[in-house]
Amino acid sequence: MVKHRYSFFLGCVIPNRLPQIEAATRLIAPKLDIELVEMKGASCCPAPGVIKSFDKDTWLSITARNLAIAEENGLDILVLCNGCYGTLIAGVHDLKDPVTLKRINKILKGTGHQFQGKITAKHLVEVLYNDIGKEAIEETVVNPIDARFAIHIGCHLLKPSDIRPWGVVEDFTLVDELVEALGGTIVDYKLKDMCCGAGGGLRSAELEVSLDMVREKLEAMKQAKIDAMVNVCNFCHLQFDLGQMQANKHFGTDYQIPVLYYTQLLGLAQGFTPKQMGLDKHYISVAPFLEKIGMSV
Amino acid sequence: MTLLIDRRVINGSKIDGKLADDMTKAGLDRIRSCIQCGTCTGSCPAGRRTAYRTRQLIRKALLGLREEVLSDPNLWLCSTCGTCTERCPRKIDVTEAILYLRNLSCQAGYMRPEHQGVSHKLIETGHAVPIDDPKWSKMREELGLDPLPPTVHSYPKAVKEIQHIIKQTGFDKLVNYKESKKDGKT
Ligand code: SF4
Ligand code: SF4
Repeated sequence: MVKHRYSFFLGCVIPNRLPQIEAATRLIAPKLDIELVEMKGASCCPAPGVIKSFDKDTWLSITARNLAIAEENGLDILVLCNGCYGTLIAGVHDLKDPVTLKRINKILKGTGHQFQGKITAKHLVEVLYNDIGKEAIEETVVNPIDARFAIHIGCHLLKPSDIRPWGVVEDFTLVDELVEALGGTIVDYKLKDMCCGAGGGLRSAELEVSLDMVREKLEAMKQAKIDAMVNVCNFCHLQFDLGQMQANKHFGTDYQIPVLYYTQLLGLAQGFTPKQMGLDKHYISVAPFLEKIGMSV
Repeated sequence: MTLLIDRRVINGSKIDGKLADDMTKAGLDRIRSCIQCGTCTGSCPAGRRTAYRTRQLIRKALLGLREEVLSDPNLWLCSTCGTCTERCPRKIDVTEAILYLRNLSCQAGYMRPEHQGVSHKLIETGHAVPIDDPKWSKMREELGLDPLPPTVHSYPKAVKEIQHIIKQTGFDKLVNYKESKKDGKT
């Protein structure tokens, strides 16, 4: 019996660059009584660092259209990307103002969509921690993962904190707890709260600065002697995985830190194979981590 | 008596007091209460490795150095991490202020070709990062997914809707969409 239903927002990077995260999430969901209802015709969120930097009204109008599609489903959104989450939740917030809502709905006229402010967006972490619960997740674990993990939370999951449900902006432990529920050990590291450097249009136009930021985090993770890093944002994931490869090339380093999105790790714990979780599709080999937990790609 | 410090004289003709007014109107009125404490700069991961100084940017904006602020490439080094906003003792939404200045910068014609490229993809497909190579669809299929996701990629009508919005807001003109097609630039 399905207990939890959400409009499933994919964004751009997950379906078009990291489909392994989409595949993993679609597989783990039924085990937690989650039904993912498609948002047919949804677009780019649009990205808060780029499109919102260029023109706020365009950004808010396209956001409103995405929100309207979820509203037509009659369901709150489940979103996997911190950037998309940041956009959608800011959209919900900005569109609470009746004057703004009217103005934006006027722009939407002719698209067949109007947003009424009846739904909101929830990040995967919020759904797993608050709606499903750690205990229910633990019950689905058939293969506890005994390894050392560094967690990267990502900026837009937590900030701006006044329109987030957490009540904290530092020492955020929910992701740590969700990984511990799968049997993992959390290793603290320097700069845990630091940005990955992908956002704000840096990955597209200031790659060197962007890679220098992720390099600093990778060095801190390496010093903490971890088996893998776990993230809850596909854009951070891309930066740590593809960006790690690019940073190695650019700075002459040789980081080899396996990168996992949370639902991929959860899937392994639930008994899915590394292949089903798309772990053979990463830029940085996940093999050393899998070997450590007695698996192979 | 000679002064031991160099004075930087700000030429009156460069000052545009309207910039701070514009920011106030856009809901960023708290910016006027900035005490130049530098907490924003001290929190900034981008400033730690570049010449970008958040505090300085805010000061220049308040002074009304419009052209200097809007043409400064450093304006585009912010990763929008939001740390400055959380820590500002005057509760200024520094990150939103930066985004607002970036909007003005684009209107003034300072836009990176890479950022125009991302915008053109959004206009053409509805995705800023679209499937633009069959290898991504192949990868989806290997994972047991449909070759195209159920997004704008599967609904041509949805792409038209995005284009309708973009026409309404004038985004196509802002990012030089038509023109760039004509002269083959991206
Ligand atoms: S932290 Fe706030 S008050 Fe301090 S310099 Fe930055 S914007 Fe001004
Ligand atoms: S939001 Fe931008 S300016 Fe503020 S601390 Fe982060 S990178 Fe620096």
